[in-house]
Amino acid sequence: MTKEEALYEYLIRLGDNALILGQRLGEWCGAAHQLESDIAMTNVALDLVGQARMLLTEAGEVEGKGRSEDDLAFHRNEFEFRNNLLVEMANGDFGQTITRQFFFDCFYFHFLQALKSSKSEFLQAFAMKSIKEVTYHRELSTDFMIRLGDGTEESHEKMQYAVNLLWEYTGELFEKTEADEILIAEGIVPDLTQIKSLWEQDVMAVLEKATLLIPDNKGYMASGSRKGHHSEYLGYILAEMQYLPRMMPDAKW
Amino acid sequence: MSEEEKNESEQGLLWEVFVQSKPGIPHKHAGSVHAHDAEMALKAARDVYTRRKEGVSLWVVPTNMIHATTEEEAESFFDPADDKAYRHPTFYTIPEGVKYL
Repeated sequence: MTKEEALYEYLIRLGDNALILGQRLGEWCGAAHQLESDIAMTNVALDLVGQARMLLTEAGEVEGKGRSEDDLAFHRNEFEFRNNLLVEMANGDFGQTITRQFFFDCFYFHFLQALKSSKSEFLQAFAMKSIKEVTYHRELSTDFMIRLGDGTEESHEKMQYAVNLLWEYTGELFEKTEADEILIAEGIVPDLTQIKSLWEQDVMAVLEKATLLIPDNKGYMASGSRKGHHSEYLGYILAEMQYLPRMMPDAKW
Repeated sequence: MSEEEKNESEQGLLWEVFVQSKPGIPHKHAGSVHAHDAEMALKAARDVYTRRKEGVSLWVVPTNMIHATTEEEAESFFDPADDKAYRHPTFYTIPEGVKYL
């Protein structure tokens, strides 16, 4: 694997996370329990889609085959996507959406903090811009975790259900591939093992405040997205997201 | 029923939102949001009222903390100012460089 191939894989991984989570959050548009949350979720979605655009554009340039951000977003199939399983999980109720967001935000926040010292000019600039957005995302999802977890009996029950449901998809955020090894050695990306311990501290502290427990699943963690193996959800997300550009390839806005 | 309970619905308390568009000028009423506490109200206000760069600072105030004049009071409160045009500082020329007047 060359350095360019490694960088392409990494950019696709980051870009797909932002794109798919953005698409998921966009599903709340007009559907949340109150206008305030509706707008909050879609604001986060728009931040993420903006990030996905930068990342996929860069990925296309690194790949050097003339593919644009739209080519990569709308003309790849499930097995070519490298987003984590966590971000493609169903919105479920608002508690599940918030829990998914919280797990991801804590990871993404510490990842971007470390990425600010990347030797890649693009990734450094990307991290500088995105960290402001993600700092807010993390505060928002943390606030909701604590208030809903340590809220009413019903909200607590729903949040504990969400944590139990999504916990097994968190391990995969820190899996490393050959691309990681190559790029870590070059000082281009941070080591995910170090991000993991920061993530754990963060998550444990908030879950404790939220009176929520980590499920005992004997250390089992789902895996697969690094190789393009996804859950059944991704196909449906792509079907909705890619329908129009594939039906009308010349459509412009 | 306490004041706080009256202000609370299933969506949380109602808060009035004030946005300052530039440093140094007054916060202006923008609208209202629902939230269960002040911290969340500020976040809701940020998301609803400053997503197009409208502000640099936000205030939120529980709606039931605002005391307003009533329509019946309007005559005695405001009409007496009708014929006192001399209170307007229109007879002065504004020095150059004075902003926000």
